[in-house]
Amino acid sequence: MTANEIARRVSGKLEVGTGEETASTVYVGDLLSDVMGHAGEECVLVTIQNHLNAIAVCTLVGCQVVVLCHNRPVPPDMAQGAKDEEVSIIVSPLSQFEVAMALKDLAPSRK
Amino acid sequence: MSDYNPVILEGQKTDDDEILAAHSTLDTKALGGDSSVIIMELLQRFKVRDVMHRQVISIPRKATLREAQKILRDNRISGLPVSENGRLYGIVSVNDIIKGLDGGWMDETCEAHMAKNLVVLEAGMPISFALRYFNNYTYGRFPVLDSNRQLVGIVSQRDVMRALLYELSVEIRKLERKASPQAAQAAEQVAKDNFFRKEWAVVHNDLSRAGHAANAIKGILRERKIDRSIIRRVAVAAYELEINICIHSLGGVLVLIIADDAVRITAKDRGPGIADIEWACRDGTSTANDWIRSMGFGAGMGLSNSKRVSDHFHIESEVGRFTIVECIFDLPKAAPEAGTPQPAEEAK
Repeated sequence: MTANEIARRVSGKLEVGTGEETASTVYVGDLLSDVMGHAGEECVLVTIQNHLNAIAVCTLVGCQVVVLCHNRPVPPDMAQGAKDEEVSIIVSPLSQFEVAMALKDLAPSRK
Repeated sequence: MSDYNPVILEGQKTDDDEILAAHSTLDTKALGGDSSVIIMELLQRFKVRDVMHRQVISIPRKATLREAQKILRDNRISGLPVSENGRLYGIVSVNDIIKGLDGGWMDETCEAHMAKNLVVLEAGMPISFALRYFNNYTYGRFPVLDSNRQLVGIVSQRDVMRALLYELSVEIRKLERKASPQAAQAAEQVAKDNFFRKEWAVVHNDLSRAGHAANAIKGILRERKIDRSIIRRVAVAAYELEINICIHSLGGVLVLIIADDAVRITAKDRGPGIADIEWACRDGTSTANDWIRSMGFGAGMGLSNSKRVSDHFHIESEVGRFTIVECIFDLPKAAPEAGTPQPAEEAK
């Protein structure tokens, strides 16, 4: 699924990226160590962590799409980091649970 | 405290001391015989004060042997100088404690049972003197006095050897460079190819920079065409350890070493240390504060994640001083070059 399609499903706005980034699984998590420990490659990360470290974790686990819940703003350093690492960021008004439900036909992300 | 080196008294030689004494004999013979000018110059240039331990734990004369025993035990040392206002009166050793326990005079004063006939070194003496003393007296350690006869330190054979070996290696490298700059350069290049080492400083509480080292490590491993799944595991461990130094310690370094058969990440920090390592390595246990948790860290998974992704994991810590974590990742053996006979083929 492309980032554009994910943005549409979660009623979100693509803030960073081309929209062509893809994900085939979903991982929901706000604890970045938990994400690092459990998220698999090619996942969309659903989180409220709107800071640069979330992008660092995405690049470590091989995640190309991040959905920030509750309309959390994207700080400039996070946007720049995402751009540099070719990670797209979608900002959605929905909660983590609602986003997960909207993406339920993607597989759960596992290592 | 624990690296304080106690004084070993007469009649109290240990195996360790004998081994060191043997080394000391060998070394002094070698140094006094065909040794180069540089070595002789080193032995004169280096003074006892350059290598001694300055933090000396001591006890007053009126203290009891029981009190001395507690200090020896708490600090894991085997000899305790008896001194007041910097003046050295004697030394109480583990041997004196054993005698006290056996004879039932543990509540008597140290003054009554300490060794008074002491051999000491002076802070300004060249190291060559210290070597000679170690050789002649076969004690493991000597108290060090300054020119006013004040107790200022304690020195062990190991301290002397460590300092000398370090200085010698520096001098030898200088000589090699001087003798043949090209050969030295080539040797360094070979060393670089076979054994890559780089380290990054990690600053306390600077989360904005956390991840820089892990990212750089990932880049270096990619350049070396290391397997992607290994890179991912190394990067996760490096990132976790980097975050740990950043949020839990007073600062430290992250070291990457790439050898032919393994990649090693070592995180060394100064700080509170870890009281219960087993507890700290368990999922979900953390001492992080709310601020750290709000950033998505402090979930108590850092050490357990690092351990899980590593092939070999070691951790060492001392409360109030340091923590060292080492993660080793085995690299698959390189495929043999075409035409290289395999052992099985050779057997045929």
